[in-house]
Amino acid sequence: MGKIEASVHRRIWVDKLFKTLIIVLSLSSIVPMFLILFLITKNGIAVVNWEFLSQLPKPVGEMGGGISNAIFGTFWLILLSFIFSVPLGIFAGIFMSEYRGGRLAYFTSLSIEILQGIPSIVIGIIAYVWVVLPMGSFSALSGGVALGIMMLPVIVMATAETLKLIPDSLREASLALGVSYPRTILKVILPAGLSGILSGILLGIARVTGETAPLLFTAFGSPFMNQNILKPINSLPLTIFNYATSPYPQWHTLAWGASFVLIAFVLGLNLITKVVTKKWKVQF
Amino acid sequence: MESPVLKIENFAASFGEHAILKDINLSFSRNTLTAIMGPSGCGKTTLIRCINRMHELVPNAKVSGKIILDNQDVYGTDPIIVRRQIGMVFQRPNPFPTMSIYDNVIAGYNLNGIKLRKEEMDQTVEESLKKAALWEEVKDALHRKGSFLSGGQQQRLCIARALAMHPEILLLDEPTSALDPKSTAHIEELVCQLKTGVTIIQVTHNIAQAARVSDFTAFIYLGELVEFGPSTRMFTGPKDKRTEEYLSGKFG
Repeated sequence: MGKIEASVHRRIWVDKLFKTLIIVLSLSSIVPMFLILFLITKNGIAVVNWEFLSQLPKPVGEMGGGISNAIFGTFWLILLSFIFSVPLGIFAGIFMSEYRGGRLAYFTSLSIEILQGIPSIVIGIIAYVWVVLPMGSFSALSGGVALGIMMLPVIVMATAETLKLIPDSLREASLALGVSYPRTILKVILPAGLSGILSGILLGIARVTGETAPLLFTAFGSPFMNQNILKPINSLPLTIFNYATSPYPQWHTLAWGASFVLIAFVLGLNLITKVVTKKWKVQF
Repeated sequence: MESPVLKIENFAASFGEHAILKDINLSFSRNTLTAIMGPSGCGKTTLIRCINRMHELVPNAKVSGKIILDNQDVYGTDPIIVRRQIGMVFQRPNPFPTMSIYDNVIAGYNLNGIKLRKEEMDQTVEESLKKAALWEEVKDALHRKGSFLSGGQQQRLCIARALAMHPEILLLDEPTSALDPKSTAHIEELVCQLKTGVTIIQVTHNIAQAARVSDFTAFIYLGELVEFGPSTRMFTGPKDKRTEEYLSGKFG
């Protein structure tokens, strides 16, 4: 009797210890996130005001100045990478889902996984060789290509994984009404997977928004408000990189401000993604 | 006697090396209800999926023989046309989850890019839902998504969706197998009413259901048509020993 009781006591004690351990460890895994947010907010928020968001940078020595060109450039780069990657990615995703089990689909998915694993700096070099060298100039376009290549795997995967979960009964319902295969895909299957695809796109944007390395030798950065996609353009990460590595304390504060804006944007995108996934989820 | 609306002649079907149906000969008279029954895996679902060529979704499906709908060879016609003339309702209700009830009913037109005037659409929706005995329950919620409907209501919505295309033939693939007894009774009653306007071919593995609703019954066993005839005769005096054994519950 005593033996069993002792063993039960020990079990209960081990259970409690294990539970505490799990809670402590999982709590400590979110500590870095809060520290980062705290640090960036503390150093950045004081810099951010309307002037900071709407003005162009000023030369060293002059106080003030903003990052409007970087914000504008970031949106330009997102738009360009969106154009390069979203249509292509969705169609590749459709292919991978529709022809799953096929050899070519397997090969595609393998390639996409490899592409996802290529370091961003390498993609920057590739875009430099493919776009910057032939065109003879750093440009927003080449930055868009680099970021588009980075976004592509995210979108392909999101599309393919979402569409694979759509039951065959839905496809059959459409085909049995005499609806052609392309129309079935575009009007029945894609709408049913919209929330997954959309969240893939948003996550893809969130991913490339913070990319610096591929832009170093493509978009390059520019202190001006550039509206020509064939000319160098600034972006938030590039601004942070340039300001933070400069020797001027005034610019360091601006880098904190730009970091705050960037983090807020990416955080916002992630929150929107959560909402979209939840709200537009289709129940089968 | 009126010529049959659908004829199946020397029909065989296989998936790859695996023969599913052998030498089927059947004909269906207009506005009758034919039950196709048999044990699981006998090929009855394959048979009706061959009628509207849905079996072609499976890679390396092969058929031989003929299926003739109103003097028109089903296998010499574009499957898209065939499927507009031969509607189908599946085992599990499968309304389009992204569409409202209204849009579900006229999905056959919208998805095919067939433009209807507003009054025509309204009329088609109302008529089809009335035929499917669903109108009274959903007339105030036409523009809501169908996800709040019960399984039986969803299945009737699917029937309405098929009827909206004014098909010659309505194929029902065990339409009640995923439903509770009450919804099943409701669908059976509905099917009996529908056969005045459309030829129905219904697959079932429920012998009692076949006896209750059908005019004709075909018994399929191991891919062969064992017996076909008026249901009253078939259920009272089956000619083939296998039919008799199946009906008396010795197998299946």
